[in-house]
Amino acid sequence: MADNTRKIDIECLRYNPETDAAPRYQTYNVPFTDDMSVLQGLQYIKDELDGSLTFRWSCRMAICGSCGSMINGVPQLSCHTFLRDYYPGPMRVEPLNHFPVLRDLAIDQTDFVRNKLPSVKPYIIPKESKTLAQGEYLQTPAQMHKYYHYSECINCLLCYAACPQYGLDPKFTGPAAIALMHRYNSDSRDDGRAERMELANSDEGVWGCTLVGYCSEVCPKGVDPAHAVNQNKVASTLDYFFRFLTPHGARR
Amino acid sequence: MSSVKTYVRPMAGWWRKNPFFVRYMIREASAPLFYLYALWLLAGIVALALGPVAYATWWAIATNPLMILLNLVVLVFAVYHTWTWFSVLPKTTPDIDVEPGTLVTGGVIAAIVVCAALFAFAWGVTR
Repeated sequence: MADNTRKIDIECLRYNPETDAAPRYQTYNVPFTDDMSVLQGLQYIKDELDGSLTFRWSCRMAICGSCGSMINGVPQLSCHTFLRDYYPGPMRVEPLNHFPVLRDLAIDQTDFVRNKLPSVKPYIIPKESKTLAQGEYLQTPAQMHKYYHYSECINCLLCYAACPQYGLDPKFTGPAAIALMHRYNSDSRDDGRAERMELANSDEGVWGCTLVGYCSEVCPKGVDPAHAVNQNKVASTLDYFFRFLTPHGARR
Repeated sequence: MSSVKTYVRPMAGWWRKNPFFVRYMIREASAPLFYLYALWLLAGIVALALGPVAYATWWAIATNPLMILLNLVVLVFAVYHTWTWFSVLPKTTPDIDVEPGTLVTGGVIAAIVVCAALFAFAWGVTR
């Protein structure tokens, strides 16, 4: 079998919080074959060239959402992106935009994990509590179809790296969290809409979005967060007007 | 936020770094042009109400080659701006099982039909 190994220069953003005042770039010459992902390129660097390069990864098959990075300026899962598409290079790998850099390619996800995600109450708030003995909450395939693709979010944060509004104002709840809010609001078993709409209507809510639309472009799971956010602008507007017409507002 | 030291990258020049953001900024930045164009049309109506001399002045400015060129520039941006909003139609409609492409084409056709009908109506009324 012919050896089809080629070489490409990968420029990695490097940042060591203990010694560096600001990030710098370091270039590695990496041999690769056609079947190698960018993640495998990074793993080659760590194993063979420079053990100090720090990056996150886990599943290698686009489901864990750990390995998101800016690849030539585009937010992508590095396991889902191939080195062959960047040949002859050089190519650049950086940590996800709009997040603080912890070290090299690893970002600080605290804002999303601790603030954004819990704020949308991403769990079913049932209409009526049932004991186990009373059985499961039933749902038809049509009812499931309403929210299913929003439930495929893997929290990889590519959409936040694609959202300039989040970069400019980190208080904005952001694409993935609002898509998850919409996922639970659209679930026939859920009754938490009123609680979640308070956040959607707030300054941190859906109106922080200016429909750039790049979040949906970069989403590796087809969640379409821009669609979720913008449907909730309509919902938020209706909430605003209906509160004058009904005694309890449109919170049902 | 965690207590670990982190580096926050600046946002300066963010929209120049990605062609997607450049197209977005052209969409947003073109909006004030239509506001100015509407004001200009409004000035025409005011001039019409003021009398023939005022209207003749407005008309003289409106038919100046420079003004026509300016109008053409605004028209180009208006077409681009309009197109961008039709192309994000699938992001704003309720969840329906229609292909995004079909939705955009349908939206454009519907808009053309409505505009043509309005134009025909106005034409009929004013003749």
